[in-house]
Amino acid sequence: MIKANNITYKIGDKTILNDVSVSFAAGKINLILGPNGAGKSSLVKVICNQLKPQEGSVYYEQKNIIGNDVAQLAKVRAVLSQNTELAFPLKVKEVVMMGRYPHFQVTPGEKDKNACNEAMRFFDVEAMADRDYLTLSGGEQQRVHFARVVSQIWYPTENACRYLILDEPLTFLDVHYQFHFMHKLQELLKQENLVIVGVVHDLNLAAKFADHLVLLHEGKLLASGTKTEVLTKEHMKTAYRLEPVIHNDARGMYLFFE
Amino acid sequence: MSSQKKQRFGTFPILLLLLVIISIFGIRYGAVSIRFDEILSSLQKTLLSSENLNLTERIFMQIRLPRAILCIFVGASLAVGGTLLQALFRNPIVEPGLIGTSCGAAFGAALYFALGATFDFNVGKWTLPLAACIGALISTGLVFFLSQSRNSGKSSIVALLLTGIAINALFLSGVGFLSYIARDPQARSIVFWNLGTLSGANWTSVAIVGFSSVSTILISLRYAKSLNALMIGEEEAQFLGVNIKSLKWKILLINVIMVAVATAFVGVISFVGLIVPHLLRILNGSDNRNLIRNSAILGGILLSAADLISRMVLRPAELPIGIVTSVVGVPIFIFLLRRKNYFF
Repeated sequence: MIKANNITYKIGDKTILNDVSVSFAAGKINLILGPNGAGKSSLVKVICNQLKPQEGSVYYEQKNIIGNDVAQLAKVRAVLSQNTELAFPLKVKEVVMMGRYPHFQVTPGEKDKNACNEAMRFFDVEAMADRDYLTLSGGEQQRVHFARVVSQIWYPTENACRYLILDEPLTFLDVHYQFHFMHKLQELLKQENLVIVGVVHDLNLAAKFADHLVLLHEGKLLASGTKTEVLTKEHMKTAYRLEPVIHNDARGMYLFFE
Repeated sequence: MSSQKKQRFGTFPILLLLLVIISIFGIRYGAVSIRFDEILSSLQKTLLSSENLNLTERIFMQIRLPRAILCIFVGASLAVGGTLLQALFRNPIVEPGLIGTSCGAAFGAALYFALGATFDFNVGKWTLPLAACIGALISTGLVFFLSQSRNSGKSSIVALLLTGIAINALFLSGVGFLSYIARDPQARSIVFWNLGTLSGANWTSVAIVGFSSVSTILISLRYAKSLNALMIGEEEAQFLGVNIKSLKWKILLINVIMVAVATAFVGVISFVGLIVPHLLRILNGSDNRNLIRNSAILGGILLSAADLISRMVLRPAELPIGIVTSVVGVPIFIFLLRRKNYFF
C-alpha cells in the first residue's frame, strides 16, 4: 500500500498539488487520470520522492519515504518515467539488465539473467535482445523499458510489498500493445503483494482495466474510487470541459465525447 | 550469447598484447636503437649485480624504460578520465579536461615559466609539476564551487559542463596573457608544455603517476555499474538505487586526481581522452564495466605509439606529443564519426 497524505506542492506561487490525499492498494491496477496540467506527473514524482512536497508525507506500508534508503528501495520498487533517453548505444538486453542492478554487486548471477530473459519474453521483446536500443522505434523502446522495470521486481519478496510505478506507460504504443500491456499488468497482479500505480490518458482503457481510479483537476483531488464512482458525467465535465455519453453494458463501460 | 561472451573476453588480452608490442618498440627505437641483448644485460646488471652500466644500457634504464612506463600510466589516466566524464555527463563530446583540470594545470605551468625566476617559490625540479598540480586543483575547485546551483536542481550536471567551459576559457586566456608578456625562451617553454612531452620521464615520476593512475582506475571500476545506470538518465538511475549526488562527487574527484597528476608531469596532451572511449564503444559496446578496463590499456597503447612517432619523425629532436596525438587522432576520429552504424 502506498499512501500519500495531504500533499501540497508549490513551485513559487503556483500550487501544483493542493492537499491531495490518495492511497493505492496492492493487488489492484491503480490509475491516475486528469487533464493536462492537473498534477498527475507531479503526484507520481512526489510518490517517488523525486519532488519534495511543502506539506504532507508519503508512506510505503508504514515507512515514510523520506527515511528510505535509495538502494534498498530500488530492490522492491521499479519506476517507469517519461522520456527516457539513452546517451550511448547499448544492446536491448543490456538495457533490460539494468533492472537487475540493485540486486547484484559487479556481475549478474543466474537469477538476474533469468529474470531478464523472462521479462523480455513477457513483453515480447525477446527477439530484439541483441539489437542496438537506439535503432528501435519509440514503441519498441517503451516495451524494452517495461521489461527493464518488471525485471527489477521480478521475484516476490518475503513479507514485503513490491511497487511498480508507471508514468504514462502507453505513450508510443499502438492499440495492440496498449491492450497487450494492460493485460500483462493484470497477469502480474496474480502475484501477491504487488502495488501497481500508473498515469494514463485514455479514459476508455482506464474504464476497462482499472480497479481503482484517481481523478485530479487543477492540482486537487476531484474524485477517487471505482470507475462508476469516478467516470461520471459531472466529473468529466469539470475535468475535461466536455460532455461525455457514457455507455454501460455487459461488455463494459465506454465513454464517447463529441 | 556465447559469441558475444567470446568477443568481450577477447578484446582485453588482445589490447594487452598490443600494449606490450608497442612498448617494446618504444623502448628499442629512438635517437639510439637498443638491441635486445643490451636490454637483457642492463636488466641483469641492475637487478642482480652492481656492475656499472655502459652508455646504451644507461639510456635504456634511465630514459627509455621509465618513459615507456610513464606513457602507459599517462595514457591510461587520460583515457579512463575521458571515459568516466563522458559517462557522468552522458555526453560523448566530453574529454577529461572539461572540468578545468588541464587548463588550470597549463596556467600553473605558464606562471612558473613566466614568473618562476622572479619569485622565491622554488623547490627544484618539483616546482613545475607542483605549480601545474596546484593550478589544476584551483581551476577544478572553481568549477565545482561555481556550478553549485542555489536551488540544487537536477540540471546540476549541465551547470557543471557550462561552468567548465567558462573557466577553461578564463584560464586559457591567462595562459595566453602570460605567453604574451613572457620573453622569448619562456614563451617557447609555455607553448611546448601546452603541447605535452614525456621527455622528463624518470623513475620518480613513474612512481608518482603510476600510483595515482593505478589506484584511481581500480577505484573507478567499482562505479562502472552506477555509471551504466546513468546512461538512461539521472532520475532513472536513482530508481535503480544509485545515489547520484555522491556518485557525481566521487567520479569528479577520481578524474581530477588522475588527470591533474598526469598532466603535471607531462603537460597538456589532447585527444587521447576523447578518442579512446569512442573507439572502444565501436569495438565493444558502451558497458562501462568493459569500457573502463579497456580504456586504460588502449590509452596506454595510443600514447606509447604517439610518443614513439614524436621521437622518430625529427630524430634526434623530438616533436611535442600533443601534435602527434592530434594529427593522428583527428582523422581517425572523423572517420569514426562518419561511419553510418555508429550512434555515439
